Amino acid sequence: MSQIGPVLVDGVIYSAWLFIAAVGLTLVYGVMKILNVTHGSFYALGAYAGASLTGAWLVKGYPPMLSYAVLLGGALLATLAVAPAIERGLLRFMYAKDEVVILLVTYALFLIIEDAIKLVWGVNPYFVAEPYALLGSFEVGGLKYPTYNLILVGLALALAAGLAWVLRGTRVGKLLSAVIHDPEMSRALGVNVDRFYLVTFTLGCFLAALGGSFTSPTVSVVPGLGVDVIVLSFAVVVIGGLGSLPGAALGAVIVGLVRSLSVHYLPQVELFVIYSVMALVLAFRPRGLFGLAEPRKI
Amino acid sequence: MRPDRTPLLLGAILAAVVAGGLALPQWLLFILTIACAQGLVVLGLNLLIRAGLVSFGQALFYCIGAYTAGGLSRAFGISDLFVQMAAGTATAALAAFVLGFLLARYRGIFFGLLSLALSMIFYGLIVKSETLGSTDGFNLAKATLLGVRPGEAWVRYAVLVAAASVTLAAVFLAWRFLRTPLGQLGPAIKDNEIRVEYMGASVRYAIHVNYVIAAALAGAGGALAATTVGHIDPEMAYWTTSGEFVFIAVLSGTGSVVAPFLGALIFGAIHTVAFDLSPNTWQMSMGLVLLAAIVFLPDGLWSLFTRRKTA
Repeated sequence: MSQIGPVLVDGVIYSAWLFIAAVGLTLVYGVMKILNVTHGSFYALGAYAGASLTGAWLVKGYPPMLSYAVLLGGALLATLAVAPAIERGLLRFMYAKDEVVILLVTYALFLIIEDAIKLVWGVNPYFVAEPYALLGSFEVGGLKYPTYNLILVGLALALAAGLAWVLRGTRVGKLLSAVIHDPEMSRALGVNVDRFYLVTFTLGCFLAALGGSFTSPTVSVVPGLGVDVIVLSFAVVVIGGLGSLPGAALGAVIVGLVRSLSVHYLPQVELFVIYSVMALVLAFRPRGLFGLAEPRKI
Repeated sequence: MRPDRTPLLLGAILAAVVAGGLALPQWLLFILTIACAQGLVVLGLNLLIRAGLVSFGQALFYCIGAYTAGGLSRAFGISDLFVQMAAGTATAALAAFVLGFLLARYRGIFFGLLSLALSMIFYGLIVKSETLGSTDGFNLAKATLLGVRPGEAWVRYAVLVAAASVTLAAVFLAWRFLRTPLGQLGPAIKDNEIRVEYMGASVRYAIHVNYVIAAALAGAGGALAATTVGHIDPEMAYWTTSGEFVFIAVLSGTGSVVAPFLGALIFGAIHTVAFDLSPNTWQMSMGLVLLAAIVFLPDGLWSLFTRRKTA
């Protein structure tokens, strides 16, 4: 069992990545009951914005250490340019419709953004590896890991802590749970529900873009990047329970470790295992490990 | 109430395909055959949608049907379209019969997500199985029909006529099913399943039956698509394939058993035209069409016809 170290390290890194990529999805679903397929589009947008801006930044010869801030800025920029427009311009007219119909609307938007990305950035891959290599590497069990991965882990922990604090410890968080439980009543009591929806959707998409932008130094950014991320984040948040923040964290850890185990010991079953876990959880706890039961309507 | 003339309509369509197919160019014959295959899947999907269940994993059965046909062709050299479609139907129905015990308990978004997970599991399986060609898939032999191998110039026409006959027979059976008490439960389940239970019907049983029929249709469609295209790969089980089927279902609406084929044809047409005009933005056009369909035609294309009739 000399591999146990690398298995754990890989698992933790992958879990961190999954959490960043998926947490926005659960946030948007929890508040707005929208299963947001465009989540994958924002992941791709973030990756493209991150890669191209960082590339430009480094070409200009600006300090490479600040390229991490550029990754962050790229994600923010990409989100602010698109997400509020989608929520204000389209989604808010759909809230009265069925959950599944809204899902289809976001699927349509996903198709549109997928091509819009090709129009803006072209179809050639972007590759900016400097931020990845910049920090050197560390060693576990004879295997080298770029230190950059620790940034991902730190980012995931910071996000989890930050979100938990906002939701549990602030006035905004308390108002948000009021909006979640009864939007109409909240509205009647003077809460600006529309703004909560707008901010939540934008934040959820920003988290996806952040995931994409911080992944961009580790991969080559190509069209179709977001397609896999969508189902993967679905799996993560469904395992934990749709709409539950601790659930997303748990789901990310489970999928991360399961994948790392299978990659190290039985690589043939990698994809199969992830979705089997999802199916198993759905079979025994349909609302996920942290999901709450919902009363049946008569 | 006006008598339902669906059987007449089906007969007319078959006649039109048999006669008109002679005059059509080869590529259009191909699109029509694919529309048959996709229409079959969507017809099944519509059975579930009537009951308020949207499956985001119908590609699972499509792919099972396709790989059944591929397996027959590769392992036993059986390339007869009718045998392949029958086998695809049977394996898909069998898989759905087993999975149905689990899925019939789920509603709404959870039904969709579980079916998605199942199709992704299958995708994960065949992507990693090298005997099945892994991500590349493999090719199928040209179709034979009842032991006859049509000549090169005629193969597309012959396959289309055969496919259309089987498809329309399936549509007729689906139409008959919808007129049985069990078939009519669908919209009632969507409305209020507790009242359905009070009436003495078993919702779970009804959903299970619909699920198996839907899978059988998808399996037939998959086998047909496999032989028509001559190639299969794991993408057929990927979630984007399921997404396309749901897309066509939204476009068609549940108004008629013929609607899915109209929807599939229009989907194919838009796909071809958009891809032809601008290969990099065809998805965008599809997305815009889907949005427009959701906003302006919430009951699908078929509502265009029914609306005119009631006016």
